[in-house]
Amino acid sequence: MLSLLATTYSILAQAVTDNTEGLKAIGAGLGYGLAAIGPGVGIGVVVAAAIDAMTRQPESAGTARTTMFLGIAFTEALALIGFVVFILLLP
Amino acid sequence: MNILALKFPEVSQLFYWPDFAFQGTPLAMNKTVLIYLAALVLTLWVFLTAGSKKSLVPSGMSHVAEGGINFVEDSIVMQTMGADGKKYVPFLTTMFFFIFFSNIFEVVPFVQFPANAKMSVPLALSLMVWVIYNYLGVKNQGFFGYMKNSLFPPGVPKALYLIVTPIEFFSVFIIRPLSLAIRLWANMVAGHLLLVTFAVLSATLWDSTYVGAIAPAAMLVIMTAFEIVVSFLQAFIFTILTAVYMGGAIHPEH
Repeated sequence: MLSLLATTYSILAQAVTDNTEGLKAIGAGLGYGLAAIGPGVGIGVVVAAAIDAMTRQPESAGTARTTMFLGIAFTEALALIGFVVFILLLP
Repeated sequence: MNILALKFPEVSQLFYWPDFAFQGTPLAMNKTVLIYLAALVLTLWVFLTAGSKKSLVPSGMSHVAEGGINFVEDSIVMQTMGADGKKYVPFLTTMFFFIFFSNIFEVVPFVQFPANAKMSVPLALSLMVWVIYNYLGVKNQGFFGYMKNSLFPPGVPKALYLIVTPIEFFSVFIIRPLSLAIRLWANMVAGHLLLVTFAVLSATLWDSTYVGAIAPAAMLVIMTAFEIVVSFLQAFIFTILTAVYMGGAIHPEH
């Protein structure tokens, strides 16, 4: 009985260690996908507001464009950190 | 890795280049080092050839250099630092051209590797920027004034400083240089991965089906154009963020 338990345990343990690669891949994919949701919406909001400003006041389009790139850069950082985690988790 | 029953190279293989000279010493050379040297030489070449001809009417390389300097001055320095920042135009222009040249090798045939997809030089550049804006802040506002302005932003209720100050410390002194480096590096890695994916896909599908290679090859062309824009945009964003940080250190918010 004990030997049976030991065998079952060893098989289970083996199954667990065998799954880590796959779990890492799933975690990497899910992690990047989840990390991209917020920045995606955020960049949309930033660009929409910038286009609004540019069409209302074309004479200040230069300032709006520069500020838009700044906003995009700050928002995008979160998605890029998600991408870094994705690269690090890849098996 | 097997994706769609196609054989893909490992991700780490895409960014690994063996040393071919001075192996085992700190001066070991690989493809990335060569690309950086080429970017350095190109930057020097643009400005030295433009500067050697002293004529009133710009011609040839002078157009490139003057266009670059005007672009950095008008749309980066004047927008973020104002007239006080004009003495930093040479530094920012050099940085812009160096980053742009090392990025653009991503789409240059037979080289096709963005040198900034290795973390070393983006990190070194961002640490340099970190030193510079902290130095400028201490120089222009004094050590305690700089700490007060960056850690205790004005217009915040007194009790909130308990939360705001640690967050500001973390974001100004740790997150800023890291995010600057990670932004450049990760954008280049992502672009290189995209191009490699479509290139491998079209090559393998051409081997097996011929017709299936049309769509990935078209995507490869579109993505190459997109990556040219990205390599310009990342150089621009790196430079403009540097200018913003330097401007914030020179002119504190009141």
